[in-house]
Amino acid sequence: MTRGTGASPLLVMADIVKRFPGVVALRGVDLEVRPGEVHCLLGQNGAGKSTLIKVLAGVHSPDEGRISWNGNDIQLSHPQAAMDLGIATIYQELDLVEGLTVAENIYLGHEKTRFGFSRRAEASRATAALLARLGHPEISPSAEVGSLSAAGQQIVSMARALSRDARLIVMDEPSAVLDSGEVQRLFKVIRDLTADGVAVIYISHRLEEIRTIGDRVTVLKDGATVATGLEARETPTAEIIRLMTGRAIEYVFPPRPGVPDGDPLLSVVGLARAGEFSDISFDVRPGEVLGLAGLVGAGRSEIVETVFGARKADRGTVSVAGRTLRPGSVDAAVRAGVGLCPEERKSQALLLGDSVARNISLASLARFGRAGFLGSDGERRAAEEQVKALDVRPGKVDAEMRTLSGGNQQKVVLARWLLRDCKVLLLDEPTRGVDVGARSEIYALVRRLADSGVAVVVVSSEIEEVLGLSDRVLVIGEGSLLHEGPSPEIDEHGVLDIIMRGDAA
Amino acid sequence: MSVDATAQNGAPGRSGSPVPDPDRQQTVAPEATHQSRFTALLASSFGRNLGLVIALVLLCVVGLATAGDRFGTFDNAMTILRLASVIGVISVGMTFVISGGGIDLSVGAIVALGSVWATTVATQAMAADVHWIVMVFTAVLVGAACGLVNGVLIAYGRIAPFIVTLAMLAAARGLAEIIAKRRTQIITDRDFIDFFNGNVMGVPVLVIMFALAAVVGWLLLNRTTFGRRTLAVGGNPEAARLAGIKVQRQTAYLYILLGVACGIAAVMIMARTTTGSSTHGQLYELDSIAAVVIGGTLLSGGRGTIVGTVFGVLIFTTLTNVFTLNDLDTSTQAVAKGAIIIAAVLLQQRVAGRSHKT
Repeated sequence: MTRGTGASPLLVMADIVKRFPGVVALRGVDLEVRPGEVHCLLGQNGAGKSTLIKVLAGVHSPDEGRISWNGNDIQLSHPQAAMDLGIATIYQELDLVEGLTVAENIYLGHEKTRFGFSRRAEASRATAALLARLGHPEISPSAEVGSLSAAGQQIVSMARALSRDARLIVMDEPSAVLDSGEVQRLFKVIRDLTADGVAVIYISHRLEEIRTIGDRVTVLKDGATVATGLEARETPTAEIIRLMTGRAIEYVFPPRPGVPDGDPLLSVVGLARAGEFSDISFDVRPGEVLGLAGLVGAGRSEIVETVFGARKADRGTVSVAGRTLRPGSVDAAVRAGVGLCPEERKSQALLLGDSVARNISLASLARFGRAGFLGSDGERRAAEEQVKALDVRPGKVDAEMRTLSGGNQQKVVLARWLLRDCKVLLLDEPTRGVDVGARSEIYALVRRLADSGVAVVVVSSEIEEVLGLSDRVLVIGEGSLLHEGPSPEIDEHGVLDIIMRGDAA
Repeated sequence: MSVDATAQNGAPGRSGSPVPDPDRQQTVAPEATHQSRFTALLASSFGRNLGLVIALVLLCVVGLATAGDRFGTFDNAMTILRLASVIGVISVGMTFVISGGGIDLSVGAIVALGSVWATTVATQAMAADVHWIVMVFTAVLVGAACGLVNGVLIAYGRIAPFIVTLAMLAAARGLAEIIAKRRTQIITDRDFIDFFNGNVMGVPVLVIMFALAAVVGWLLLNRTTFGRRTLAVGGNPEAARLAGIKVQRQTAYLYILLGVACGIAAVMIMARTTTGSSTHGQLYELDSIAAVVIGGTLLSGGRGTIVGTVFGVLIFTTLTNVFTLNDLDTSTQAVAKGAIIIAAVLLQQRVAGRSHKT
């Protein structure tokens, strides 16, 4: 019952190219959506899905390529242009104003007015009608959006899309915040919409959902379309995974010398945080690199931040060299010799306006203080040593942090913990925003650290990176540990297969 | 893109094309370094302070031109410094709170409460029995206690500094009024008054106290782990936390530090007026915040300058002095102050914007 077969396409995107400074995010994407179909967009993290939907929403203008709507070429120069055409986007991070009511949110930006006065009664009536259409008449138009559940907010977001007479609704992982009952209701809403001729672009990592609701599938890889118009129900899983993987790798991973026997340095037992992850246990020995693989939002960053004490565990223990750390205390973790290079380097790790030296010494200030006074020489010399050892460029410790490239900023964060003689290093997305050349350097550095007896935990959305860099890998999906095993014994297909099936192998 | 360019410029020896390099350096270098040296100077702390020095010098020129005979005397200079000293000590403390990412609106009220508490009949009686130092301790303790309450509520209670200190502004002055029953309390201890109103080698004790506060503040901010942690907490609290710095404790310390500064300022104003009163310290929060901000400390935190703050205080006090000598009313002064604050912040943003781009 594939809908819209044979109908002329509603939307055609051809050869879309989008460049950002230093990166090509999209290098030739084709997408064709028919009225009344559910078109699924698949691809790994970084394949270009987000950029593509932002182009479609008028947030980014493409550098090359053609977009046509109902057969006419169009320019989506700003978000309003897309909305006027009837393209509505429901982002993953819902963009609702929590302090406003449901009705106010739905008509935000296109309020029902007369002579400049808002017509609240009419907006309220129209909102109630929309919510009823979506099968949620129980949501009150005058309820404050902040008081609704995540699923309720999703519905409001969808009602907002409908209020603009959307012909095409883009849903970016709408099921991520929903439980299975809510997902079923969402599917019913989608079916009603498509029956009315509305097209839906549906992004999800759950293959099972795509099989249930999707009509056709387009697969993106490395910013390009690798397959389009696949049958959502019949295309074999193996085929889809094959299309998504096999990215051209341009970097070399250092060889694994093998992990020396020894007692675990870092032990995590039964770690859990409500709504984020549950029952995570693992050990890391000195000299070992443990990888955490999984998709964005699987809970990997939350796990390492909890190990570090930056989030407080609801249950479970973290111990370093046999001694249990006080939960929720960064201080305890740091004193036990644990260091974290966080995911968001700029907002979580760096003092951008300060010098390289000050950024390096930040975690070791007490060491340079004599009765609280900083002898500037010792600090500077130590920073210079680290800068030389890690080959941070430019090699000046007085350089302002923000002038460094991503790779060199990452090295500075590493240097901060090396200076502190860390025994356990947690690296969250260590190569995000790092160019190809610097990547191999960081890989070599991580391996060198492990060889010197440090226990390393690496989190990365790039499955190949996790597998190539680590000795052992944990696969995390939706907050649960799905698989644990030696990295050389599993490949990218295997990992994706485990994640997309969503249950323990 | 600009990042790459700077990185390459920073290490020209590393770039892959050694042949044209020496050439380019020879031909382009003089002009380029001249230009960059100038902008670097403007952006450096010395450059920013230079702007403040120029502003102060201009003010003095205006003072000399309009009221030369009365302005340009040693006595007048000491008058300016004496006037500057009370707000100066508070501003040094305020520099820490602001560069640590906070704000304190309650300083004036804390000064009032400190001055009243230290001059009650009971405190003065005890001071008469023991030593006038009792009054000093009382004022400082009251200031520290108010700072502690502010700091704990902000750091551990996670309430916005603006709200907490606004509440303290109301509460502390109210408490001062209750204690003093809205009466001015005269200080009877001559030794106390004589000591703080005295001179050491021609320099008033109050001015020496201001200078000491500035020196201690400068050392604390620039040469200690405490200062470094302050700037880290103000610049990026999350990064500071993840680097193992106790952000909450540090934040609390900053408000206590400012509370102590307010206590000292209370002692100074008690000596200057020979009274304790619930009306002391009116609008000190505005004066001190203004001085700190025009000095170049970032209101958003992460960068602070004690030298700039001292200049900020001196500029405002000199302005008041020049206006007073010319018989201009306080309303005109207020307008001029407002204009100076905006001009200084605009200038600051330009400089900050430039360093963001490079």
